[in-house]
Amino acid sequence: MTLLPEASAVTHAEASGIDPDLVPVELLDTGPAPKKKLGFGAWLSCGWLGLLLFTSIFANYLPIKDPNVQSTDTPLLAPFRGGLLLGADANGRDMLARLIYGTRASLEIGFAAVAVGFIIGGVLGLFAGYYRNWIGRVLSSFFDILLAIPALVLVLSLVSVLKGDPTADSSLPGEAILIIAIGVVSIPLLARITRANTLAWSQREFVLAAKAQGAGSRRILFREILPNVLPAMGYIALLGVGLAIVAEGAAALFGASVNPPGATLGTMIDAGRGDMESAPFVMFMPILVVFFTVMALNFLGDVVRDRFDVRESAL
Amino acid sequence: MLNLGRKLLQLAVVFVVVTFFTVCLMSLVPGKPENVVIPFDASPGQKITKEFRSENNLDRPLPVRWAKWAGKFVTGDMGYLYSSTDKTPVSTGVKKAAPVSILLISYSQIFSLLVAIPLAVLAAYRSGRRVDKFLNALMFGFISLPNFAIALTLSYFLGVKLGLVPTQGYTGPTENLVAHFKSMVVPVLALSLGQVAIYMRLLRSDLVATLQEDFILMAKSKGISNGRVLWRHALRPSSLTLLTVAGLSIGTAIGGTLVVEYLLGIPGLGLLVGNAIFARQYVQLQSLVAVIAISFVLINFLIDYLYTVLDPRIRERST
Repeated sequence: MTLLPEASAVTHAEASGIDPDLVPVELLDTGPAPKKKLGFGAWLSCGWLGLLLFTSIFANYLPIKDPNVQSTDTPLLAPFRGGLLLGADANGRDMLARLIYGTRASLEIGFAAVAVGFIIGGVLGLFAGYYRNWIGRVLSSFFDILLAIPALVLVLSLVSVLKGDPTADSSLPGEAILIIAIGVVSIPLLARITRANTLAWSQREFVLAAKAQGAGSRRILFREILPNVLPAMGYIALLGVGLAIVAEGAAALFGASVNPPGATLGTMIDAGRGDMESAPFVMFMPILVVFFTVMALNFLGDVVRDRFDVRESAL
Repeated sequence: MLNLGRKLLQLAVVFVVVTFFTVCLMSLVPGKPENVVIPFDASPGQKITKEFRSENNLDRPLPVRWAKWAGKFVTGDMGYLYSSTDKTPVSTGVKKAAPVSILLISYSQIFSLLVAIPLAVLAAYRSGRRVDKFLNALMFGFISLPNFAIALTLSYFLGVKLGLVPTQGYTGPTENLVAHFKSMVVPVLALSLGQVAIYMRLLRSDLVATLQEDFILMAKSKGISNGRVLWRHALRPSSLTLLTVAGLSIGTAIGGTLVVEYLLGIPGLGLLVGNAIFARQYVQLQSLVAVIAISFVLINFLIDYLYTVLDPRIRERST
């Protein structure tokens, strides 16, 4: 009986140990072979995200102006004038400082929201994929139903629920509201993907072997299946951070982001679009930051996917 | 028959859960409808407020309110907008806005597929070559562009700088066809570029795999031209995944239209939803969300059916 030794070998191997015989031919991407060394693009992405993380963490110590100090001398000042590297917005606030603080807020919202979705959605997805009885059915139809509501409608309603009475000042801080709203919306997305992967992995021999050895459900779920599902979840989570940053931007365009004078990338875009004709740079700078950040996250997501051989068709 | 019954049941469940969820969520939003609708002092004791509340079932408990609305909705009556002066049926606004959104979504889906399919065939045919790599990089950029960024960027460059298209607003196809297409350029592109990238990458990798199969070798060895092999033999089996994703992405497209319509002032369902949230028009919002969720589910049913048309293997299995 070769089942047992083989099974334990698979358990410890990374997810890349997918038996090619088990994967139908049409699912194998025979495109450019996955690169084993990090390419130029991956380093560039890491560099960009590293720069953003650095400025975000040390924003308070950097030699920049206060992002919220207004000045009537310099409304819509063009970049490189008057000692301001990136110019000033309609209220004369330093764009560089606002970009740094805005990026910090947006990154916080993106990462925290996905963390919420990752943990809750991941656990629910594991259960939904593992239990093939009524629990799994109820959970997965619940995800499907939630996905039938447009995500932005859900985000906007949740934000207005959480913001509470605008006159009362006892409400949550703006960032926490957005984190909860976007996090809740990301739960079904992450859960569905985790479920699909759990479903695939829980039918493998090593799970059967673990069951035969008398392992309990908890052990099988978290020690046998979860490690194999994690790469796919990580891939989606990296994409999800990008999506969450974009979602914040969309919510901000509807006026449902942090209250002024706080800055996020979304609120900066929203503020800049009024001056699109006279000072387009105010709008384009945060747009570019969003674009580069989302691109870097997508790129790293693809690196994770290729590294761990996540099959996109299983998602 | 059994299948159809199950699908209808599924649709009913989606309808009930989604709309009830919306009712609950909206009841939690601070700010009562009467305060928005009745501009003057709407203190709870006033007669006008009381009448307004009982007329719109706002004084009933949530499940009753939902049941009253749902009972009417299934007969096609979407109820009335909250207003203290006149009665405007919700359906009037929906009837006006739905064609705009449907046009916008159809244009962008057709445009995305028209661009993505030839590019995918080209990239798969030249897989690993320079064209493929270039297209791959380009699509990577497209996929990372949020739709509002495209909308704003294009309306700046095409609208403000070049003056080719209007930066805001919408013209109906019956009013002025040229102006209609001009007003649709920016929104359609804003909704499509990301879709083009998703469709193209998916179809490309599917096609590359299909091109390795024996029946393609067979077709080639029979002397069939490259074009025919690609378009007739390889494309059909590869189009299944594309179809699923196209169906699922209608949901994303609806979310995208919300932002794009709001930004560009296009009077579609998206703008209506946005305004309904802010104006506390719960009845309108419930109906809109129900319409959107139902069309999403129906589109996915349609996709399931199309599967059986495209792939005879599934057809045989189900009979």
